[in-house]
Amino acid sequence: MSRYIATRAIRGANLITREAEALLNKALQEKGPDTPVAFPNTAYYLPTILGMTGREVSKLGELVPVLEHAKELLHPIPSPQCWTPYLGETLDSGMATLLAAEIIEAVRFIYGEEPGVLPGFHATGGSFTSPEFAAEGGNGTGRLNGPIDDIQLRSWGIQLVDGRMPGFAAIVGCAKSNEVAVKIVRELQKRNILIFLSGNVNGRSVIHQLMEEGVEMGYDTYIVPFGLDTLSAIYAIGFATRSALTFGGLKGGQAKDILLYNRQRVFAFVLALGEVDDLKYAAAAGAINYGFPVIADTRIPQILPTGVTTYEHVISMPFNEIEGKDDLERAEKLVQKCIETRGVKIKLAEVPIPVPYGSAFEGEVVRKKDMRVEFGGKYSRAFEYLRMVDMDQVEDGRIEVFGPDFSQVPVGGAMDLGILVEVAGRKMQRDFEPVLERQIHYFINGASGVQHIGQRDIAWIRISQAAADKGFNLRHFGDILHARFMSDFGAIVDKVQVKIITNPALHAEWLQKARAAYDFRNRRLADMTDESVEEFYTCTLCQSFAPTHLCLVSPQRLGLCGAYNYLDCAASYQINPTGPNQPVRKGMVIDREKGIYTGLNEIAQQKSQGTVQEVAMYSIMTSPMTACGCFECIVMLIPEANGVMVVSREDPSMTPAGMTFSTLAGMAGGGLQTPGVMGVGKYYLTSPKFISADGGFKRVVWMSSILKQTMAAELQAVCEREGDPDLLTKIADETICTDVDGLLAHLEAVGHPALTMDPMF
Amino acid sequence: MAKPKMTPSIDPAACQVLEFAAAVGIATAFSRASDIKPCPIGSGQSGICCKNCYMGPCRLTKDGQVGICGATVDTIAARNFARAVAAGAAAHSDHGRDLAFTLQAAALGEASGYTIRDEAKLLAVAAKHNIPTKGRAIKEIALDVANKAISEFGQQRGELSYIATAPAKRQAIWREQGIVPRGIDREAVEILHRTHMGDDQDPEHILTAALRTALADGWGGSMWATDISDILFGTPSPRVGAVNLGVLRADEVNIIVHGHEPTLSEMIVMAVQDPELIEFARAKGAKGINLAGICCTSNEIMMRQGIPSAGNFLHQELAILTGAVEAMVVDVQCIMQSLTAVASNFHTEIITTSPKVKLTGATHIEFDEHHAVEIAKDIVRRAIENYPNRRETRIPEISERVVPGFSHEYLNYMLGGYYRASFRPLNEAIAAGRIRGVAADVGCNNPSATQDREHMEIISELLKNDVLVVSTGCGAIAAGKYGFLRGEAGLERVGPGLREICETIGIPPVLHMGSCVDNSRILTVLTQMATEGGLGDDLSDIPAVGLAPEWMSEKALAIASYCVASGAYVIMGIRSPVEFSDQVTEIMSKGWESVYGGKLEFVTDAAEVVRRTLEHIDKKRVALKLPPYNPSRFGQSGDTPLRDYFELPVEEQMAELYG
Repeated sequence: MSRYIATRAIRGANLITREAEALLNKALQEKGPDTPVAFPNTAYYLPTILGMTGREVSKLGELVPVLEHAKELLHPIPSPQCWTPYLGETLDSGMATLLAAEIIEAVRFIYGEEPGVLPGFHATGGSFTSPEFAAEGGNGTGRLNGPIDDIQLRSWGIQLVDGRMPGFAAIVGCAKSNEVAVKIVRELQKRNILIFLSGNVNGRSVIHQLMEEGVEMGYDTYIVPFGLDTLSAIYAIGFATRSALTFGGLKGGQAKDILLYNRQRVFAFVLALGEVDDLKYAAAAGAINYGFPVIADTRIPQILPTGVTTYEHVISMPFNEIEGKDDLERAEKLVQKCIETRGVKIKLAEVPIPVPYGSAFEGEVVRKKDMRVEFGGKYSRAFEYLRMVDMDQVEDGRIEVFGPDFSQVPVGGAMDLGILVEVAGRKMQRDFEPVLERQIHYFINGASGVQHIGQRDIAWIRISQAAADKGFNLRHFGDILHARFMSDFGAIVDKVQVKIITNPALHAEWLQKARAAYDFRNRRLADMTDESVEEFYTCTLCQSFAPTHLCLVSPQRLGLCGAYNYLDCAASYQINPTGPNQPVRKGMVIDREKGIYTGLNEIAQQKSQGTVQEVAMYSIMTSPMTACGCFECIVMLIPEANGVMVVSREDPSMTPAGMTFSTLAGMAGGGLQTPGVMGVGKYYLTSPKFISADGGFKRVVWMSSILKQTMAAELQAVCEREGDPDLLTKIADETICTDVDGLLAHLEAVGHPALTMDPMF
Repeated sequence: MAKPKMTPSIDPAACQVLEFAAAVGIATAFSRASDIKPCPIGSGQSGICCKNCYMGPCRLTKDGQVGICGATVDTIAARNFARAVAAGAAAHSDHGRDLAFTLQAAALGEASGYTIRDEAKLLAVAAKHNIPTKGRAIKEIALDVANKAISEFGQQRGELSYIATAPAKRQAIWREQGIVPRGIDREAVEILHRTHMGDDQDPEHILTAALRTALADGWGGSMWATDISDILFGTPSPRVGAVNLGVLRADEVNIIVHGHEPTLSEMIVMAVQDPELIEFARAKGAKGINLAGICCTSNEIMMRQGIPSAGNFLHQELAILTGAVEAMVVDVQCIMQSLTAVASNFHTEIITTSPKVKLTGATHIEFDEHHAVEIAKDIVRRAIENYPNRRETRIPEISERVVPGFSHEYLNYMLGGYYRASFRPLNEAIAAGRIRGVAADVGCNNPSATQDREHMEIISELLKNDVLVVSTGCGAIAAGKYGFLRGEAGLERVGPGLREICETIGIPPVLHMGSCVDNSRILTVLTQMATEGGLGDDLSDIPAVGLAPEWMSEKALAIASYCVASGAYVIMGIRSPVEFSDQVTEIMSKGWESVYGGKLEFVTDAAEVVRRTLEHIDKKRVALKLPPYNPSRFGQSGDTPLRDYFELPVEEQMAELYG
C-alpha cells in the first residue's frame, strides 16, 4: 500500500463497516435475530464469512459476532507525519470490508433487494438453479445475477482446473466508453477468462455499457453481472473462497490456507475501471488478501513490490497513456497487462476466422430469430466424422467444400452438412479417433455467433446472422478445426485436412461410412473391459486444485468429471507423456470383486500424499475412490433403503439424505475418502462395474429426474442388462419423494429389488 | 582540563550541553576521553597484556615474546577475548534471569503490579519450549515458562531449549562443532575456569568455547530476557515516540530511567500516571511529571509505552547537565560512576535500585519485584519533592519524533496483516533486489569516536544503496535522533527500491527492534527469513551483515560472537582487541567463516565498513543466484511518483484521471 491508498482504503473500510452495523441493527430490530439468512443455492452459508471465520451463519443474529470481528480488524488512517506502518493494517481493513460487504448483501437478501434489479436486463441461458430470477428477467424487470451458485461453480470446475478457463477478472466500475467496455470484455472472453461485473462510477456501470451494446451476459457467455454497486464484488470473493473449499479440501475457518490457495491456484485479478473511490480501494485491499492484484485504468499510486500477491499488487495504467493507435488497441493492451500481472497462463490458438474466437463463446446460444442458417436439428441432417488415414493421403491445411455454400439458403433456413476431418500422424492410433472427434463440438462452439450441439450424426449447428454478416462461411469450419487440432493435439496429429460436404450424393455416401465407423467404435469400446487391459490411467489434472485427489480411470469407469474416459486418458498420455494422465499397472489383485489392486493402492498412496491408503474401483462401501469437486453426480448410501441414491449436479432439490447436492458435495469432494459417499461421472452409472461389489445398478433406489430423462435410453439398456426391464420406473426421484419415509413407501409399493438384496454393510 | 581534540558529537543537542559543561568546568566522558588515551597494550594494538595471574601482569609487545608462564600472544589474545565474551554474556543473561524471577513471582501472584500482559506471546513461547498449554490456566503456563527459564540457567547437561528453534542446518553445524550450550551459567563459569592460569592454552580451542558461551547468551539468556519482557509488558508494536534531550520539560518534574531492565521502569511508567502523584507534583509547582529514558531501559519503555528517550549512552551525563532532572533512576549496565559527580553540581538525585549496583554518593532504594508498585511510587515521590530544589535549566530544544517497536511478531504482521502474516514480502523484496540486503546497525556509543558519526555515516550510505537497516540499543537511538526512525526518511533518504518497500509498508528505512538484549529478536527474524524460503535455508545464506561501529562494552563482543556463530558477518568499529595476534585475527575471520559461515572483523573507517558490507551482501546474492543489484529497475511505485498530481485541485486531478 502506499500511504495514499492506505488512507483511502482504511477510510472506506471504516465507512462500510459502520454502514453494515447500522443495516444489521435495523434488520435485527425489524426482522429479529432468528430470521434466516442465506445466499441462494450454496452449501457454504455466507462463503467469505465461512471461509475466513469458520462461522456457519444461517440466522441474522449470528452476523453480530462477525461484525464485531470486522470492527476489530479496522484501524485508524495513517497520520500525515511520522506515520506508523499501514500495510498489515490496510489488509486487515480490507478484510473487514469484505466481511461487512457480505453482511450487507446477506441483509439485503432478506429484504429482497438482492440480486439487484436492472430494468430490461435479461441473462442468457438463465440459471437452472435460480429459475425464479430468470423468469423475472423475461419480462424486462430483470434481476442481475447476484452470487454464483455452487452448481455453476462445480460445472466450471473442470475448465478451471484443466486450464481451459484460466481464471476470473473482477471488473469494477465503468469503462471510458461503451466501445472500450465491449473490447475489454471481448479480449477477456477470447482468452476464456471468466468475467465478473460489479460497481459503477457516478451511477453508470460497465453492466449498463454492455447492455447498451447488446452484449449477452450470463453464465453461458462467461460474463456474470453481479450488481451495480461495489459491494456486489463480494460475490467474486465468495466464488474464490468456495473454490478453495470445493476443490482444495479446505474447511471454513482455515483462513490463511484459503487465502494462500487462491494466491497460488486461482488466477484472478481486479480490473478497476474509472475513478477509484474509498470503498473500491477498501474492497481492493480485501482482494489483495486473496493474492489478487488490482489493475486500474486511471491514475492511482502503484504498488509494485511483490509478496502478498505473486506479482505486483497494484498497477496503474492511465488509459490515455497506454500506447495504441486508438482506444480499442489501448483496451487490448490493458487486458494484456492484467494477464501479465497475474501471471495467467494462456494457451491461445490463433484461429483465422472473421469472428471472435475463444471457449468463452462455447456456451453462446444462437436463437432462432438471430439465426442465418442451421445444419441438423429438425429440418436437416448434419454429421461429423474424424478418421485416421495414411500420411500420404493428407495434405496438411487443405480445406475443401464439396457442394453449395449456404448463400442460396433463405435466412433462417436449414441445409444438410457433413464435416469430415482426416488426420495423420506417427503417434496417431485408431482408438484416438473418437477422442479427437468429440473435440469438434468444443472447437466449433468457440466461434462467436456459432452454436454447436450434439455429436456424430446428431450434430446440430447454427450460424448467426451477425456472424454471417462478418463473412463467416462453411470453409471457416475447416479453418477452425485445422488450427485447433494442430495446436491442441500436435503431439499425435501431424497433418489435418477437412472436407465440408453439402453435395447431397456425397453427403449420403459419407453419412453411411460415418455410421459404419460409429458402430464399429461402439462395439470396440463395449469390448474393452477392465479385465482386458493390464494398465489403467491416473488422472491428476485436478491436483492443481485438489492436491490430494487422484482419479483412476479404467475402461469401465470414466473420470468423475465425465470429461476423461479411458481412451481420452490414453490419448492425453500420448500427447503429453509427463502430463496428468499416466498409465499405471494394476499389479497384484487383492480383491477382484471390489477391484483392489496393489499397483493401484501404491499410486493412490503416492499421489494422495499418503491421505488415501487403499482404493476399491467397484465399491462405495469399502475404500471408495475420492473426488476433487468436479463430479457430475454424487452416489450416496441410503441405509434405510439398503441402496444408494444418485444426485445430479444439475438437481437443486432436496434428497432423501436430507441434503441438497451442494451440501453433499462438501462430503464427497476435496480428496476425502468417505465410505458411503462417492462423486462419479454420470456414464459410470451405465457400466457393468458400477458399484458392482455392492450389488450394482440394482442398488439405485433414487435418482435425480434429470438423469432419468437425459439418459433414458442408456439407463433402460442397463436395466435390461441387469435383468429387470422395469427397474428405471421403480427408482424414485425428487418428483416422487425427497425424504426417507416417502422413499421407503415408494420402494415397497413398486417392489424395488434393493429391499430384498443382501445388506449393504 | 584539556579541550576535546575532536568534534565530540554530531548531535547538536549534545554539543550545546557540552559547551556549557566546558564553560563551567564539569568533566564528562567526552572530556575525559580526550584526557585518557586508551592503553595501546591493554587494548590489543601494539601489544597484549595478561593479568590473569600474579606472576605478571605480563606485557608482550614483540613478536614471539611469551609471558612468564610461556603463554603466547595468541593465547593471551584469545583468553582476553573469551573473558570479555563471558562477562558480556553474563550481563545479558543475568538480566534474563531477573525477568524469569519476576515472571515466576507474577505467576504465583506474589508480584503486585505485574501481570501477563501478552497472553498470545506466552502461549507462543510455551509452545517453543514444549510446555503444554491446552486447557490450562494462564498463570499455570506462565509458572511453567518461568521455571523452565530458571532451570536453563542452572542446567548442567543437554542443550538449551531455544537451540531447537534455529534452522536445522545451523543446529547441525553447532552440534558438529560441539558448541551447543549446555546451561547458561555453566558456559560463563567454564570460560572463567578455562582462562584461569594454567588451563586452556590453545587459542582456537579457547575461541570455540567463547562461541559456545556467546550462544548461551544469544540463544539463551538474551532470548529469554526478550521473550519474558514481552510476556510481562507486551510485545512491542510501532508507536510514536521522541528522542534527544529536548524531550525534557522545563515546567515538569523530569525523571530519567537509565540502564537496561524494563522491570522497575515499567512500574515507574505506571506511577507517573498516578493522579495522586500528579497532583502532588502540581502542589510542588510543576505542571506534571515527565518520564524519559536513557540507554536501553529507554528502548524498553519507548517501544512498549511510547515513553520518550533523552538519548543514548553518552547522554547520561548530559541529561543531568541540563539542570532539569529531578531524579535519575538507574538499574544495571552502562551506568557511569561519574553520574554522582556530575549530579553533585545540580539538584539531581541519582537513585540506584539494583541489588547488584551501588554508586558511591547515590541514594540506594533497592528494588524488589514483590513490592514494585510501592517502590516505584516512592521513587517518583522523591523526585517530586526534589523539584523545588531545581535551579536554572538549559534544555536544548532539540528532539526528533521516532517510530520504534518492530518486534519480529510485528514484522510478521506488518507484511501481511492478521490473515496473511508472513515474511514472504520481505524475502521477495530481497530476492527481487528492491532490498539489496539487510544490515543490523547496533551497539553503543564510544567517546573515542565522535558520538553517532560512524552510526550515521554507515546507515545513510547503506540506505542509499537500498540496504534495509535494523537497529537496537544505542545505535537505534542514534538513528532516531537524525530522523531515520520516521517514515519520511523512507521516502527521501533511501535508494529507489528500498523506497518502494518503505512506502508499501509504511515503515521507516531503519527499524528499531529494541534494546541490546533484543538482538535475539534479530536472530529470530533471520531464522524466520531462512524458514520462509527463497533466501537459502540457513542464517548464513541471507544477505545480511551485523555492524557495531561505536561499540565499547563487553556485551557487544558477546553479541558479535553469537551472531558469528549463528552465521553472520559482523564488523565492529573502534579498534580490534585482538589486533596484536595475527593468528587470532585470522581465526575470527577466515577460520570462523569456513566453519560457521560468519566472521568477525574490526574496521574503523566508515567507508570501508560500507564497502565490505555491500561486498558481502552482493557475494551472498550471487550464492543465492539472485539477480545482481540494479537500482535502475525500481522506483516506479508508491505515492512519490504522483506527488505533483496529488497537489492539483480536485477538478484538475479528475481531468487528468485517464492521463
